[in-house]
Amino acid sequence: MAADRENGLAEEKETKKKKVVRYERVPMPKQEPEVRRRNFNEVAFGYTEALARDEADRCLQCKKRPCTEGCPVNVDIPEFIAAVKEGRFEEAVRILKRKNSLPGICGRVCPQEVQCESRCTLGRKGTPVAIGRLERFCADWALANRDRVESVEKAPPTGKRVAVVGSGPAGLTAASDLALLGHHVTIFEALHAAGGVLVYGIPEFRLPKHIVQAEVEYVRSLGVELVLDFVVGRAATVDELLAEYDAVFLGTGAGLPMFLNIPGENLNGIYSANEFLTRVNLMKAYLFPEYDTPVKVGRRVAVIGGGNVAMDASRCALRLGAEEVYIVYRRSRAEMPARLEEVENAEEEGVHFRFLTNPVRFIGDERDWVKAMECIEMELGEPDASGRRRPVPKPGSEFVMEVDTVIVSLGTTPNPLIAQTTPGLETTRRGTLVADEATGKTTKRRVWAGGDIVTGAATVISAMGAGRRASRSIDAFLRGLEDF
Amino acid sequence: MYGILEKEKLAPNVIHFKIEAPAVARKARPGQFVILRVDEKGERIPMSLAGWDPARGTIDITFLVVGTSTRKLSLLNPGAGVLNVAGPFGRPAEVEHYGEVVCAAGCFGVGAILPVAAALKEKGNRVVAVMEGRSKAFLFWEDRLRAVSDELVVATGDGSLGRKGWANDVIADLVNAGRRIDRVIAVGCTFMMMECSKATRSHGIPTVVSLTPIMVDGTGMCGCCRVQVGGQTRFACVDGPEFDGHQVDWDLLISKQKSYLDEELRSLNLWERANWHKLMAR
Ligand SMILES: Cc1cc2nc3c(=O)[nH]c(=O)nc-3n(C[C@H](O)[C@H](O)[C@H](O)COP(=O)(O)OP(=O)(O)OC[C@H]3O[C@@H](n4cnc5c(N)ncnc54)[C@H](O)[C@@H]3O)c2cc1C
Ligand SMILES: Cc1cc2nc3c(=O)[nH]c(=O)nc-3n(C[C@H](O)[C@H](O)[C@H](O)COP(=O)(O)OP(=O)(O)OC[C@H]3O[C@@H](n4cnc5c(N)ncnc54)[C@H](O)[C@@H]3O)c2cc1C
Ligand code: SF4
Ligand code: SF4
Ligand code: FES
Repeated sequence: MAADRENGLAEEKETKKKKVVRYERVPMPKQEPEVRRRNFNEVAFGYTEALARDEADRCLQCKKRPCTEGCPVNVDIPEFIAAVKEGRFEEAVRILKRKNSLPGICGRVCPQEVQCESRCTLGRKGTPVAIGRLERFCADWALANRDRVESVEKAPPTGKRVAVVGSGPAGLTAASDLALLGHHVTIFEALHAAGGVLVYGIPEFRLPKHIVQAEVEYVRSLGVELVLDFVVGRAATVDELLAEYDAVFLGTGAGLPMFLNIPGENLNGIYSANEFLTRVNLMKAYLFPEYDTPVKVGRRVAVIGGGNVAMDASRCALRLGAEEVYIVYRRSRAEMPARLEEVENAEEEGVHFRFLTNPVRFIGDERDWVKAMECIEMELGEPDASGRRRPVPKPGSEFVMEVDTVIVSLGTTPNPLIAQTTPGLETTRRGTLVADEATGKTTKRRVWAGGDIVTGAATVISAMGAGRRASRSIDAFLRGLEDF
Repeated sequence: MYGILEKEKLAPNVIHFKIEAPAVARKARPGQFVILRVDEKGERIPMSLAGWDPARGTIDITFLVVGTSTRKLSLLNPGAGVLNVAGPFGRPAEVEHYGEVVCAAGCFGVGAILPVAAALKEKGNRVVAVMEGRSKAFLFWEDRLRAVSDELVVATGDGSLGRKGWANDVIADLVNAGRRIDRVIAVGCTFMMMECSKATRSHGIPTVVSLTPIMVDGTGMCGCCRVQVGGQTRFACVDGPEFDGHQVDWDLLISKQKSYLDEELRSLNLWERANWHKLMAR
């Protein structure tokens, strides 16, 4: 692939003789690390119109469109960037929305370095075009100039009814697509706010909640009905929904936290990342006591894990006043699954990293509060099923770390509630639902699923893609073009 | 918004609400609870179901006024509403034919145990209801509890009504009198449930308690509600709230319930300073 890109670069240079290739991307203004590490305002300010056009100008408009192939939903990247370059922002937004209904969110949180930007021709010799930042710019522009963006055309009503369970990116995308296709859609959401991980997990400083709110409002403006405080499996079963709706889409995510299952894990001061982030983001504990929900952060915080969730938790802990925050990860830097940009941000803000380290037990004080954590050093052995080298403990390397808050961030699995209450829905050993990748069809008639509930914890854009594919299949079924 | 239809002050610090929540009312089972949020800045707080009416689409809760959230709640009146009500959550109470069952309740637990006692009686059990309170003025709904039981025994801490003492003392009395007890269910404050479990432990009487750890979502998503039962970690909101009282790690539970004490006091202090006039008018 590297060689491919090299050739691509030569080719593009060849065809664009007159153009000077600019290898360095236009920096995006950000809050300084010393300032932002103590506030919850968005870290990056985003491009201005001038900066966006300048960055767009770097794009070589490659004929082979490698970037588009790298995007899970195949955004028409060269086209939208060309529109930005020429200052036709309205047009750019329209091109984006053809493939991606949530550009303001994806532009901020997609792991671009392994998706669209990883394929960018310019990345071979310099830095790839900042596709995500440009996408974000367009979405923010659209939000600020709402009246200038024409509203999309809705198909005439079909009289069909679809229930969407869960309002994360998968559910929101399926709902808006189905509404545009003329179906009546009702979203059922367990929590008191819509957005899924976008509202309860990803912090304000990375994804401001007014952006998510605007997307939810857009979905509602299409006529989608939103029922909050409604847990499917409790307030109604999937079978009961099927009695009232022609089709059901399940986008309930992977919300169950995993724990280490080591001694002392139930001590006070030990949070799952889900609890910690839900308190901070959904319940706004960072504004306590103005808001009623508290969160407790001590002086020395250990965050166990190396994904996006761990980065978010560590940076929230800093902002809540922790003196020292440690990411404790059992593999090495190279295996960390977090977005590169967030790892860099965390590092700049002063988060410490302890690689090749794993906790073995927590030690409590006389009041059952955690006061220390015994760890063991690890080394990397043979690659495991995920292709990453498996960490193995080094005997005799145990040591004790003093900590007064621990945030366990090992990943999540799907909530078994839906599977347990829905006869006929098949699950895998990992607790995810069995569903066809291309259509989202589950093993139960008239029930589709997509997003983290099918893949296990993944990405916003892949959940959206699944929601979109399922909506096409549901539409074909409802129009009698496809059987289920 | 979930409208408040009725409000009744049951005791100096306990209030009953009838709230419109049709989705919950349709599915509620004895022993389950809801999670509600008073207003935009509010916490999500769990409340046991003290009753429900699927036809009218209403639920009943009885709550003890302790901190900021329950104080805010206590100021609401019929005509107003709470911002969110979700549920029903938790496994329904186990209701089988056991024989002689003691249903012990204290403070808000008197409301919470009503549907459980009624279901047990309907299954053909002989239900002995035990109600405890600090003093006579803190007792309420004796009539309702009597209606769903075969026998009602009252205990007050100061002896102003019934036996002087607590629910666990009544259980001990029954055991000492040689009464056969096949099962005990205790619902109330954590200390009371712990004491009731202690009273039955050496006699090997199966004892079930309805735990109230701090919760956030109520759906198994956060792990805040984890309790240690028989050496294992369980999530009270999905695996419970009913557990075997003889297996619960009570010390850990009590210390976890106090984990935000400083913050709660701070919050309450600020809130009372801003709202003292409303409290006076109540
Ligand atoms: C802290 C954190 C940071 C992340 N950072 C990134 C990132 O930077 N980039 C990225 O691409 N991805 C990131 N992810 C992953 C990404 O957010 C998820 O992959 C994505 O949100 C999955 O979307 P979804 O629609 O499948 O589910 P979710 O977003 O999980 O939404 C599911 C919704 O369904 C609701 N629900 C669940 N059960 C029921 C029920 N029984 N009845 C009704 N409603 C129900 C839930 O309350 C929730 O609102 C992050 C995840 C976390 C937790
Ligand atoms: C499954 C379940 C069912 C419940 N049912 C009822 C009910 O029917 N009626 C009722 O009055 N209460 C019930 N509770 C307890 C109720 O949720 C708490 O009293 C309430 O959350 C306190 O909120 P607050 O802001 O007013 O007080 P806070 O300021 O949060 O707390 C004040 C004091 O109450 C204690 N406390 C806090 N949370 C809890 C809790 N979850 N359980 C016990 N003590 C707590 C604190 O340690 C503190 O001392 C239930 C709890 C659970 C988990
Ligand atoms: S949706 Fe994500 S992967 Fe696709 S172009 Fe946008 S930022 Fe890149
Ligand atoms: S973004 Fe990169 S790969 Fe895509 S067209 Fe522009 S230069 Fe080529
Ligand atoms: S309250 Fe969150 S898991 Fe039980």
